[in-house]
Amino acid sequence: MFRSLLFIPGNNPSMLQNADVFETDAIIFDLEDAISINEKANARNLVRNYLKNSSVLPKQVILRVNCYGSEWFDNDIELLKTKKINCLLIPKSDKDVISAVFDYLVEFEKTNQLDETKIIALIETAKGINEIQEFAQNKRLIGLFLGGEDLASDLEIKRTEQGNEISYARSRIIYVAVQHRLIPIDTPYTNINNPDGLSADCIYSSSLGMKAKACIHPNQLEVVNSIFSPSVEEIEWAKAVVKKFEENPNVGAFQFQGKMVDKPIINRAQKILIKAKNFNLL
Amino acid sequence: MINGVGRYIPDNLNSFVSSDDFLNKKRSLIAKKEKQSKTVFLDNLSEVFNIIGISSGMTLSFHHHLRNGDKVIQLVSEEIKKRDLKNIHLAPSSIFPGYTNLVDLIKNGNITDIHTNYLNGPVAKVISNGHLIGKLIMNTHGGRARAIESGDLPIDVAFLSCPVVDKNGNGHGATGKSACGTLGYAISDLEYAKKVVLVTDTVVDELEEYQFDGKYVDYVLVIDSIGDRTGIVSGTTEVTKDPIGLKIAKDCANLLQYLGLIKNGFSMQTGAGKTSLAVVKFIEDIMKRKNIKGYFSSGGITKSYVSMLEQNLFDKLYDVQCFDLEAVTSFAKNKNHIAMSASKYGNPFEENPICNDLDFVILGATEIDLDFNVNVTTDSLGFLIGGSGGHADIAYGADVTIIISPLIKSRIPIIKSKVMTVTTPGSDIDILVTERGIAINPKRQDLCQKLKDSQFPILKIEELLDLSHKITGVPKDIIPDDRIIGYVEYRDGTYLDCLRKVKDEYQR
Repeated sequence: MFRSLLFIPGNNPSMLQNADVFETDAIIFDLEDAISINEKANARNLVRNYLKNSSVLPKQVILRVNCYGSEWFDNDIELLKTKKINCLLIPKSDKDVISAVFDYLVEFEKTNQLDETKIIALIETAKGINEIQEFAQNKRLIGLFLGGEDLASDLEIKRTEQGNEISYARSRIIYVAVQHRLIPIDTPYTNINNPDGLSADCIYSSSLGMKAKACIHPNQLEVVNSIFSPSVEEIEWAKAVVKKFEENPNVGAFQFQGKMVDKPIINRAQKILIKAKNFNLL
Repeated sequence: MINGVGRYIPDNLNSFVSSDDFLNKKRSLIAKKEKQSKTVFLDNLSEVFNIIGISSGMTLSFHHHLRNGDKVIQLVSEEIKKRDLKNIHLAPSSIFPGYTNLVDLIKNGNITDIHTNYLNGPVAKVISNGHLIGKLIMNTHGGRARAIESGDLPIDVAFLSCPVVDKNGNGHGATGKSACGTLGYAISDLEYAKKVVLVTDTVVDELEEYQFDGKYVDYVLVIDSIGDRTGIVSGTTEVTKDPIGLKIAKDCANLLQYLGLIKNGFSMQTGAGKTSLAVVKFIEDIMKRKNIKGYFSSGGITKSYVSMLEQNLFDKLYDVQCFDLEAVTSFAKNKNHIAMSASKYGNPFEENPICNDLDFVILGATEIDLDFNVNVTTDSLGFLIGGSGGHADIAYGADVTIIISPLIKSRIPIIKSKVMTVTTPGSDIDILVTERGIAINPKRQDLCQKLKDSQFPILKIEELLDLSHKITGVPKDIIPDDRIIGYVEYRDGTYLDCLRKVKDEYQR
């Protein structure tokens, strides 16, 4: 369960050293887009050494590897041997990529006697968006992550503050993710000096159904965490609804604060409390 | 002998006992000077030396209000060199990297002893490497005022940069082409030095208000330029954008709010570092959100505080030195931006020093140890990189003293079993805020109780030390050289710690 996922470039030692400090639900150590070709090996070594030697790690460690089939992919996957990685973020995900990565990991885990590796699909091509239904049931998947910048590039369109150009992709990812019980993760807001724009973007994507958002700067975390967390009012409401339901669990529906409460509402209240507990908000 | 902070001090020196031991002593004052003749105006430094008879072995003092832009200390150094005076005792309130002329004078034995509150740059380096023949005494801003007024630091000649002087010898810092704002550090020099020379580049007929009273001024030396006022801004003026610094700042501001310290009528002081400025910004946000108005802020004043004064968030600013040009402008025009002398700021024997009225202060640290002793004087190898300034003065005076720092700086943990140099006794430090946790000095059980049910990550300082070692490993112990090159003097005149030469293997 995430609200925020923070990208840290793999070649930035001071950011790595402080990775556990940032108030995020997961750190994505990036070996792909943030790292120039000449730096790929150095970044990988730095992240490997950090994972092997640091006794203070972030809550969840995600590794963004380079694209399947690239010259760096095999070496990137080797970092799974540290057994410190909770999940892989797979760029340019589509039906073929997810299938190939699945098979690759089966073999790799068998050879190296590793547990099953979970993955998040980074969907950033038109092909990926169109094929979501065909790979979303993959048992390794835990989330669908929209990569808005690369998608806009693939579509040959300009990204805007409002984000109307990615509305379809956002909604498609949300609907498929919810259907398959995956976490829909929204694309980062790239203007790190505009907290108001970030806030508006979060409110909008959250209202559509996104459950988490990636961040490219630690200073974005507070806004993202705040908007993707249940509010104090929601938590109090959920507590009261669940309490009333537990007092008389055999009643199918009941009135609360003048409104009818039935099973879907109770489910929603329970989900809010699970989230609140997970994010230490209770 | 071993002193009150567990440090060795030679038996013939006055050892530190405790930070409130001065309460058992009486204020000692020498007579203020009484000038017999009219102020004389000169335009030649050599003539000033000749008339006064400045000679080897004398003590010359300076202030540092033009900070890195000051030219007066450079000019006087040239004259000392030209005359090849020896065994000069220099007593500037601070030494900045731009004061490069001092380097050769130290190496050549022209300057053999130094009294100051802060030093950085090439001069700090040559002293760290053992080139000063005599001793370096590092005292506090309040302690320097005490030393001068008591006669512990007798000054033969004070060369005081002064942005504007009138024909009666009165001087001010608010106007003139080299305006630098308040002149608080120089007031003791003015009143107690045997001879006082104001050095100026602007002379006017008459000043209605002045900080330097002409009755103490023997000579006015008029030169083309006393310095570059833009050099005042040698510190930091912008809020940090570093996420770790911002986290520390936010946690600190939230902690202050939780402790109820941000309330109507409160008073505060911070340093001028980027993280401190972020704390100020977060406090400002809280004040606006909660409709709170403070009484005063003090210290070196920055544009952040000027803005808060102008927004009516504080009644007054008490300013001992302006840290930027916005503060200089504010001082010149705002009657609630008030100058204070170093004595009024932090002299322990002053009747009501401003530092004693502070509710809380936010300070930095190069190192802090398990007894909460703080070092802001040397780095982990023993190189001189700063000094107390007002650190120890306000740490003693404030009700709550908070140190903010990343737990690790450049892969070096800031918490040590023992700091390299004690600048401020741990008994005056209450809270350490880092990005990975907050430690409360156990002697402040009142704060421990208030925070025990809070959501803040409260850890013992020993736990924070262990945590930092998990990240960096345990650093190798650095053993300084045996040779003592100077002392850290506490504000009451006792010795807190020895300063030692950096070992040859670490020299750079």
